[in-house]
Amino acid sequence: MAQILDMPQLSDTMREGVLRKWRKNEGDKIAPGELLAEVETDKATMDFEAFDEGVLLKRLIGDGTTVPVGSPIAIIGKTGEDITALVEQAKARSASGGKKPAAPAPAAKAPEAKPTPAPAPAPAAAPAAPNGAARAAAPARPAAPAPAQVSRPAAAPAPAAGKVLASPLARKLATDLGVDLRAVQGTGPGGRIVERDVKAVADGGSSAASAPANDTAPAEAAAQAEPAKPAAPLPDKIIPDRRAEARPAAPVPSDDVEKPLSMMRRTIARRLLESKTSIPHFYLTMDVDMDAAMEFRSQVSQVHNAKLSINDLVIKASALALRRIPEANASFTDEAIVEHARVDVGMAVAIEDGLVTPVIRDADHKTLGQISNEAHEMAKRARDRKLRPEEMTGATFSVSNLGMLGIRDFCAIINPPEAAILAVGAVRKEPVVKGDKIVIGQRMSLTLSCDHRVIDGALGAKLLQAITSILERPIALAF
Amino acid sequence: MPTVAYREALNQAMAEEMERDDRIFLMGEEVGHYNGAYKVSKGLLDKFGEKRVIDTPIAEGGFVGVGIGAAMVGLRPIIELMTWNFSLVAADQLINNAAKIRQMSGGQFTLPVVFRGPGGSAHQLAAQHSQSTEALWAHIPGLKVVMPANPKDAKGLLKSAIRDDNPIVFIEGEVMYGDQGEIPEGEYTIPLGVAEVKRQGKDLTIIGWSKMVKLALQVAEQLAPEGIDIEVVDPRTIRPLDEALLVQSVKKTGRCLILEEGWPFNGVGAEIAYRIGKACFDDLDAPVERLTGADMPMPYNHHLEAMCVPDAARTIAAVKRVLYLE
Repeated sequence: MAQILDMPQLSDTMREGVLRKWRKNEGDKIAPGELLAEVETDKATMDFEAFDEGVLLKRLIGDGTTVPVGSPIAIIGKTGEDITALVEQAKARSASGGKKPAAPAPAAKAPEAKPTPAPAPAPAAAPAAPNGAARAAAPARPAAPAPAQVSRPAAAPAPAAGKVLASPLARKLATDLGVDLRAVQGTGPGGRIVERDVKAVADGGSSAASAPANDTAPAEAAAQAEPAKPAAPLPDKIIPDRRAEARPAAPVPSDDVEKPLSMMRRTIARRLLESKTSIPHFYLTMDVDMDAAMEFRSQVSQVHNAKLSINDLVIKASALALRRIPEANASFTDEAIVEHARVDVGMAVAIEDGLVTPVIRDADHKTLGQISNEAHEMAKRARDRKLRPEEMTGATFSVSNLGMLGIRDFCAIINPPEAAILAVGAVRKEPVVKGDKIVIGQRMSLTLSCDHRVIDGALGAKLLQAITSILERPIALAF
Repeated sequence: MPTVAYREALNQAMAEEMERDDRIFLMGEEVGHYNGAYKVSKGLLDKFGEKRVIDTPIAEGGFVGVGIGAAMVGLRPIIELMTWNFSLVAADQLINNAAKIRQMSGGQFTLPVVFRGPGGSAHQLAAQHSQSTEALWAHIPGLKVVMPANPKDAKGLLKSAIRDDNPIVFIEGEVMYGDQGEIPEGEYTIPLGVAEVKRQGKDLTIIGWSKMVKLALQVAEQLAPEGIDIEVVDPRTIRPLDEALLVQSVKKTGRCLILEEGWPFNGVGAEIAYRIGKACFDDLDAPVERLTGADMPMPYNHHLEAMCVPDAARTIAAVKRVLYLE
């Protein structure tokens, strides 16, 4: 029997997805595990594999379309099946999703709308093969669709079904104010959306607020660029609303360019704000004498005919230092400080509209060559947005390097739940005193940002000293 | 308005009612010549004589039963229990007779009897003498359960209880007898089953009764400078429960904390939480929270005892939990 295929939730934070490219045509047979389409999430472009057998009877959206998780994207079934009713049903879901979020019923009425299990992250996260060839053989993700109504990306509110954690009051208020709960960042436990969050969005004139423009006077042309202000009442409570305070409410002048937030940018904004405002950061800076390391790098590169980056050296040095000082390879939880058994180093990679941190697993056990290959390959895939979520999560420490851009030193923001991040500056030539002479030496600034709940000053200094000392005697990196 | 102590307010209520209706009499251990273990009946023996203020032996099962019998034949007894802990000796009389006679007799008998005395934890009286029994009595259909939180309520509610034709469990706060408070001048009563908003607020409703009201008000004042505006609601009567006012308050604030000195399992707060959850589901911004006494017999040790009952610090923490401020 034919059924509607919905936009899957391919990562925990994914709220909507862009169907980048269909890989099957209408009429094509599909088998479980076969590649159906490429879907761009907030983190990466991922393969959407079929988990049912059948024929792709109809594509409901085209390449490049953005739809919320749970929206109908295709119909699969058997050749010759009459899918008129299903198409109508999918349209109805889409249409009702684009209207006022009042009736969440239609989706539930669909005969196929059986309860589906929550999408679980693929349990066996295959480590990326260094040569990148293993991607096609990556384990199929059971992409269970989340039940939700459809709305076209530009249209505003659809009731958030199932996956959105919100208090009953917040849900009611969101309905009353026409706020799409999926666009609201919750400040309650586990990210639960509560009343103040909905009010903050309504008050902040978010695009999610419905507000059929309540024009009382002919608007100036320039005013059209301003976001519509919903007629929501101001919160009358005086519970401190930390998030509202952080929300800029200034209207956008007409000659400014407003670039809508990408999903990745939203995620980055949320996580970094959380980190910087909730983790007590402190910073330690040291200069490393890089003369030996640069010489070492040059020799290794010649011998192995490979191009090692300074970042590769820093990753390896950090991993060895963390192995020596396991107290710093830790995370803070409400109940305990967790010292991690493995040393998994994340490396910040700037990509077109954001930042990701692919993880070099067990970096302390890998050779420089392995680290170099892996880092190179993952950075490339990161830029192509081909990294899987599990390749970007779970680091125990991170390295961020702006040296190649000439930055002397900087302070990076910790990537929770890690307890520290190392900011790497450029290797620079400068006059240094050796013996009684001033000579030209190579120096590099390292700044360690530490979570003071886990790492105290002395411990942080010890870690930084260890990294520095390894880089200054780089023979240690060779093993 | 005159300021009187909680015990004095109760004394006035009994004296005024006994003055008004000579079918009313007071009976219990030490109520007469000793003027009451907590001096609540001070002066009543002198005023009304030995036929209406009767000292009994230490035999709760007996004098509670006598009170029930007396009510069945047309008198209006007030039975003082030295503490509600001892009522457990008379549980059969209370549960099987007082609560049921009216229904089992098809209405031929009414039971205008008030059982009153102190309840809740006191100071270092240990497990058998430091219990909050309201959940036990409120569980029994046929009994009304009243718990005044201040002198004004104590007097007004006791007078209504004495005039009621049903058996009343009237639980006074054992450590509240010295509490001072203003009471209206002259005759007044407070109807049973009517709650009161003890403090208006916008952010969170605390529902508490008896001495928990005092704690809630203290915490509310303490948190006000932080911008946390707490509403305190006192049901005053546990059964019948003024659900409407509790619901109205929680619908206004969207958040609710129930403060209860008694044990958590099957506690009064559990019943209230259910009712709030049901009636206010769409108005709740956070789950209903309960802060109760510890789920264990009360320890004798002073420090452990203090840890077993809700206090200001734990209440503040609970308030912040409900408000998602922690």
